[in-house]
Amino acid sequence: MADDMYEDEEYDGVVKKFMYVNRKAPYGTIYALESLEVVLIGAAFDQDISLAFIDDGVYQLKKGQDTKATEIKNFSPTYRALEMYDVEKLYVSKDSMQERGLSSDDLIVPVELLSNEQMADMMDQQDVILSF
Amino acid sequence: MILHTVNKSPFEKNTLTSCLKHCKDGSSLLLIEDGVFAALSGTTFSEKVTEAMKKMNVYVLEPDLNARGVQDRLIDGIKKVDYAGYVDLAIEHDTVDAWL
Repeated sequence: MADDMYEDEEYDGVVKKFMYVNRKAPYGTIYALESLEVVLIGAAFDQDISLAFIDDGVYQLKKGQDTKATEIKNFSPTYRALEMYDVEKLYVSKDSMQERGLSSDDLIVPVELLSNEQMADMMDQQDVILSF
Repeated sequence: MILHTVNKSPFEKNTLTSCLKHCKDGSSLLLIEDGVFAALSGTTFSEKVTEAMKKMNVYVLEPDLNARGVQDRLIDGIKKVDYAGYVDLAIEHDTVDAWL
């Protein structure tokens, strides 16, 4: 099965639908940064990529991140560069935003706000889901 | 008195909730790392923290607040400290309880 998958990609150039599900706030753990790295790898292979931000994952997109005093790299500008890699489908949980008192104006990139049901449908359409 | 530090997001773990259940009046709470999300207004946790502020001193580590871009919505009355202020708090209190 795994072999078939690799052959497909290598010889037929099959494009699969990949969704990266982000559920962690940035900086407290390495998940958000690692997810971003893997997203860029998927983009390099011209896959059909979408990103979902739910729970504390919505904080990854918060405007105004300033990491100077912590001496950690601020990777939030990378989300704005995703467009250049044809990663343009960013879905954010409406519920998670509301729980945190956030609106789309608070985010550094344009996103599509989805209800839980819409998000479930979006997940249902994927070939591969990677959760961070 | 104890200085309680909480480094987990209240949305993800029950660390803050448990800490608040087990701290005495007059003790201190310092929110650090992902714990800073508890220090924000307009969230489902704001009320719980505002309530806690009536009986204890609540502080937030400013560099962690700024890193996460949420410095614009700090609950009124929560005091910001820098790394040196963190050390001062640790010295001023008898014990530090680092909730994980």
